Amino acid sequence: MPEVLRLRARVMEAIRLFFKERDFIEVETPAIVPSPGLDVHLSAFEVRGPNGDRVGWLATSPEYQMKRLLSDGAERIFQLCRSFRADEHGRHHEREFTMLEWYRAHATSEDVIRDTEELAARVGETLGSPDIDALCSPWEQITVDEAFERHAGELIDATHEEHFFRIWAERVQPRLGAERPVVVTNWPASMASLARLNDDGTADRFEAFFRGIELCNGFGELTDAREQRVRFQRDQAERRNAGLPVYPIDERFLEALERGIPESGGNALGVDRLLMLLTRGESIQSVMPFPAEGL
Amino acid sequence: MADTSDIKKGFKMLMDGVPFAVVDHQFVKPGKGQAFVRTRIKNMMTGAVIDRTFKSGEKLEEADTEERTMQYLYPEGESRVFMDTKSYEQLSLSNEQLGENALYLLDGTEVDIMLFEGRPIGVTPPTFVELVVTETEPGFKGDTSSNTTKPATLETGLQVNVPLFVNAGDKLKVDTRTGSYVERVKG
Repeated sequence: MPEVLRLRARVMEAIRLFFKERDFIEVETPAIVPSPGLDVHLSAFEVRGPNGDRVGWLATSPEYQMKRLLSDGAERIFQLCRSFRADEHGRHHEREFTMLEWYRAHATSEDVIRDTEELAARVGETLGSPDIDALCSPWEQITVDEAFERHAGELIDATHEEHFFRIWAERVQPRLGAERPVVVTNWPASMASLARLNDDGTADRFEAFFRGIELCNGFGELTDAREQRVRFQRDQAERRNAGLPVYPIDERFLEALERGIPESGGNALGVDRLLMLLTRGESIQSVMPFPAEGL
Repeated sequence: MADTSDIKKGFKMLMDGVPFAVVDHQFVKPGKGQAFVRTRIKNMMTGAVIDRTFKSGEKLEEADTEERTMQYLYPEGESRVFMDTKSYEQLSLSNEQLGENALYLLDGTEVDIMLFEGRPIGVTPPTFVELVVTETEPGFKGDTSSNTTKPATLETGLQVNVPLFVNAGDKLKVDTRTGSYVERVKG
């Protein structure tokens, strides 16, 4: 039996136990959704029925549905599921991958960062990873501006998004978390996505990096339905201008925000990447039993 | 037209009129941001290796290159003449273009010649060639294990360091990637 099967099974079990110990319940949400997420740089697979009519899209993340559960009164939920991204393939990307996503009601992004640190340490222990010492809490936190200053030697204006991400990809990200994981906070407001804004106008969004690889993306969740609609409309306009498919707004998600969700923190973590890092693998394909190219 | 999704090891693209071959590549997509393909590419004219980042989806011009197996025939002035083993077509490369590789050529040696827009730009000799020693200090009998070496000149003019037991007239196996002695060949 391939070792990777045993490894993955052990890790899934450890993740489930980790959340159970913290009074989370495991939930399941649909893979086929009415809107796959409007982020301009995400591309989704369209799903059509036998008669050729569109049924929906494969979810790029279970975000909208899980946040609807928050409005239904669920307070601690987690999910291990497949997420799907078209046009993403490389050593750290697969068109379908295992996402761990969790939400905590009445909590902040700081609480969720703590969960992330503890979870990574638990998975490291489960695997007998050589990185156990590197993973212990707390992880260093730096702002996006500090990351640019430290690694690129200059601040980059987020209004020129392509330049921002080019410098990020070439000079900043490869150097993040070289020895120990680092959490990058305070993202530009234009990249807030579904995060609330901090008092200083930056987004309450964080990403953790280890050895130059992004491990997760989390938010202090935006709970304001009107603001969320404005952002969605802006994303749609941007998609239209870029000649990209304009996905619909998930109205049921916005209705849930209107009904109200508590202040919450949430995080989405790439399980394959975590496994790859903690086993010192070369690629996420090295920890996947069925990478796309091997199908 | 090609784009970044065509990038793989060995993919050859044209940039500012110069052909580059992809040595290494990685798809990167920072957070929820723009995706890029980071590449390490080799200038096929000069051999220089550079890093270049492309926007994912960016159009690329594929370089018109072709690799052909050809046989070395004979020298002609400052050039060497080769013949395509399939079409029998002949072409010549200057010694300058061949550089060190000229020192691995014997009558009939098969090499891979890289053509760019129909013109030869590079040669890959076989990984190993066998060449006869024309000049070296006399050998010491029995000394087969020593790490000490001495210079030797081979029939093509190539200079290599060889163990002390090697004599003029011996045939040697040479690694063309490093230009170094591998072993003495019987016969």
